[in-house]
Amino acid sequence: MTQAPEKYVGGSVPRKEDPALITGKANWTDNIKLPGMLHFALLRSPVAHAKITNIDVSAAKEQAGVVAVFTGQDLMDEWGSPLICGWQMTPDQKAPDHYPLVTDEVNYLGDPIAVVAATDRYTAKDALEFIDMDFEELPVVTDLEAAASGGPFVHEDYGTNESYTWNLDIGEVDQAFSNADVVIKERYLQPRVLPTPIEPRAVVANPDPFNGGFTVYTSTQIPHIAKYVLSILTKVPEQKMRIVAPDVGGAFGCKLNVYAEEAIALALARKLGTPVKWVEERSENYLATTHGRGQIQDIEIAASNDGKIQGMRVELIADMGAYLQLGTSLIPVLGAFMYPGIYDFDAYSFKCLSVFTNKTPTDAYRGAGRPEAAYAVERVMDALARRLDMDPAEVRRKNFHPKFDEPRNQPAGIQYDSGDYELTLDKVLELADYQGLREEQRQRRETNDPVQLGIGFSTYTEICGIAPSKVVAALGGGGAGWEMASVRLLASGKAEVVTGTSPHGQGHVTSWSQIAADALGVPVEDVEVIHGDTASSPWGRDTYGSRSLPVGGVAVHLAAEKVIDKAKKVAAHMLEASEDDLEFVGGKFSVAGSPDRGVTIQDIAGAAYLAADLPEGMEPGLSEEHFFDPPNFTFPFGAHICVTEVDTETGKVKVRDYFAVDDCGPVINPIIVDGQLHGGIAQGLAQALYEEAVYDENGNLTTGSMVDYLIPGAPELPNFTLDRTVTPSPSNPLGVKGVGEAGTIGAPPAAINSVIDALSHLGVTHIDMPALPFNVWSTIQEAKGRDSGTRDADPSVPAQSTDHTTSGGESL
Amino acid sequence: MRRIQMTVDGKPHVAEVEPRLLLIHHLRENLGIGGTQVGCDTSNCGACTILMDGESIKSCTVLAVQADGREITTVQGIAENGDWHPMQTAFHEQHGLQCGYCTPGMIMASISLLKENPNPSEDEIREGLEGNVCRCTGYENIIKAVQQAAGQMQGSSSPVAS
Repeated sequence: MTQAPEKYVGGSVPRKEDPALITGKANWTDNIKLPGMLHFALLRSPVAHAKITNIDVSAAKEQAGVVAVFTGQDLMDEWGSPLICGWQMTPDQKAPDHYPLVTDEVNYLGDPIAVVAATDRYTAKDALEFIDMDFEELPVVTDLEAAASGGPFVHEDYGTNESYTWNLDIGEVDQAFSNADVVIKERYLQPRVLPTPIEPRAVVANPDPFNGGFTVYTSTQIPHIAKYVLSILTKVPEQKMRIVAPDVGGAFGCKLNVYAEEAIALALARKLGTPVKWVEERSENYLATTHGRGQIQDIEIAASNDGKIQGMRVELIADMGAYLQLGTSLIPVLGAFMYPGIYDFDAYSFKCLSVFTNKTPTDAYRGAGRPEAAYAVERVMDALARRLDMDPAEVRRKNFHPKFDEPRNQPAGIQYDSGDYELTLDKVLELADYQGLREEQRQRRETNDPVQLGIGFSTYTEICGIAPSKVVAALGGGGAGWEMASVRLLASGKAEVVTGTSPHGQGHVTSWSQIAADALGVPVEDVEVIHGDTASSPWGRDTYGSRSLPVGGVAVHLAAEKVIDKAKKVAAHMLEASEDDLEFVGGKFSVAGSPDRGVTIQDIAGAAYLAADLPEGMEPGLSEEHFFDPPNFTFPFGAHICVTEVDTETGKVKVRDYFAVDDCGPVINPIIVDGQLHGGIAQGLAQALYEEAVYDENGNLTTGSMVDYLIPGAPELPNFTLDRTVTPSPSNPLGVKGVGEAGTIGAPPAAINSVIDALSHLGVTHIDMPALPFNVWSTIQEAKGRDSGTRDADPSVPAQSTDHTTSGGESL
Repeated sequence: MRRIQMTVDGKPHVAEVEPRLLLIHHLRENLGIGGTQVGCDTSNCGACTILMDGESIKSCTVLAVQADGREITTVQGIAENGDWHPMQTAFHEQHGLQCGYCTPGMIMASISLLKENPNPSEDEIREGLEGNVCRCTGYENIIKAVQQAAGQMQGSSSPVAS
């Protein structure tokens, strides 16, 4: 028998997920083929806002290979409910009826109108061309301020584009501002971005002839939530619904939803009595899958002359898009608690006006409300530093909460769990050689180097471990925040861990194996992690909001401890010893003082299974489950420095180095944690420097494919220099905090602060995301008092060329 | 319909296909190759990268009929006698993948890169992989994986260099 090492947690155990993924044996949803399976394709609106006056599908139905064509009206009887928004942010929140197929009005480019089911995907798509449709175009609103200030209205019946207004007021805000030495008021923009997991969405629905129900295979983060929601949408009883998330190729929040296509797949499988499949194309993904961000942020801080913040006001206009998807209305409010950042002051007010526009709905994108908040507060801290001629590191330090290891009140009325912010800042200053960088910057300025050096800070925290169920309910959430695990030792002494989390790249199988192996004292390779199928893992609240480890991983630990508690009773019986005299070390119970008198966990598992000689009244088996509902969120934090080289002649920004010191509590697997930080920072830099979903005034998405939506490649991104501190969270027994979103939260303000810092001696104080070369160059020209001119879009050229040769350099 | 034949991962296949059928769909739908996949449909992301006669191509923008008579290698055909290709081992050991969806294309593009330049600098690796997009890793560990594989493959001929 392999002897279990002392401890797996904290070690870089190689990922168990990899062998299938690197050999091409993964089970993506599009790999699923079932006998008789049909493919479906959707007719999507070619305009952003219109009344449908006539639709004729008769010619499409006659095409060879077409099995069925349905309009929205044809499918109305299939639905038990419109698509669901899970968050009621205010009692009067407006949430328009949103059926999987529209019946009379389209409200954004790509709104689905009709569906064709055919023998293969080519045939289904061809048949869309044979659907005749007449429509009357309606006025379109895409601009947020225009939407906020009146018509045209996305949903005419409301007479407004407002979905809801949400306020938070803590302390004497007006007084703080009237007493302040300095008031800084800034407006920042959060462009829409396209989440772009490399696997688009896909769904297969399969009728179950035995129980009359269905199995749905779907590329999702949330099989458990989807089971409940799809049951409501389609009237399929929940107990007859099985949802499987097969291998999922990235998600980043955009698969934290229950979409029209999943409901349509079920409806078609039911109506046609056969399996059906839909696979999203990329250009379709950019229209039909939720977008991220999309806000105008007005932020104002009051401070004393020595840089101490006394109050903060935030007013947002948040872009909902045309409808509310599962979490659309929550996202900006999740940020409400994060605008104060890691700074300690007493007076805070927040107001969010959420508006409809004729665009794809927004929803979670890695960080979901928190990157927006961190961006605004970290930008305004730099503005304060500039105003007071203070070092940006020192103005931050001056406002930090002091070190704390028990929950501490913060300005937005919640409690942070634990923090040591100066430690991360000190560490990153040393890691980056801050003084050396400032010296290099000084030299470049003195020599008038055309390439200037920027040093940008971000010291952030985030709200993770979502969530205490009571808090979810108090915020208007329609679902719980616990997580479940069951841990069972089999007759052979091997272990199975069932988790309710649903990984899509995060390495839960490996990390949960480490947690269970340590608790059970078994080798990590003896642990199998079962997830993502509601038949084998019936309970879960899934994966999002950096919750999987601090809620789901902790549930694994607690369930394993229950197993050990029971095993101890069996061991005492087997050894004829008192439980109090037993020690459990390295997978073996021994009698204290008599190490030879022992029994292994494997022997105990066998005895519990055979049940021939168990303590009186004990149930057979070694299988326990635990539902963990955390008492509080977790609040990871960190300090980042982004070092840019900005070419003042071309506006090109190169990220030369990126230094990050993050604290996510104790680390289960360092290689996985560092990988999460790499990817998160990369996505944050992508938002800051490259990406924007651009709509024209008619509501056309002009960045509608990867040809003209620039996802940075390897040449555009730096290496990452990482370090960490470890401040355990009191919110859970492992002290873990979560790390999935840290990078996307920390990186955007660090990057933009860096670009501004590089150009500050020229008088530049502001630049919006994304800091593309033209944007940077124009800002420089304006700072120099020159007219940068205007650039009329040339429709023949992609907005963001991906051809590096014609963009004048090795990277954009 | 056109009759085509090609060798895929060492096995010959003959098929009748529509002239418009994309190679990736022929591989996936007709030949059951699930290990190469579509990410963008526009040859930007590289998830569908395979080798055709030893050269990397993006199979989402090649027609099946263009592969008539060619030798195709996918990620499913690079292990030898059950032993992973050094590039597969390197991606695993360097944590060069997370969700894994871009990985088959990334591995094939990396193999092609090392065939052209067996000892690339970091910048050359980054430039060489610019046609392959990964949304999870931030690329650093992918670069390390290619460097590790380059080191291991020095002096030995690549199993797919034919």
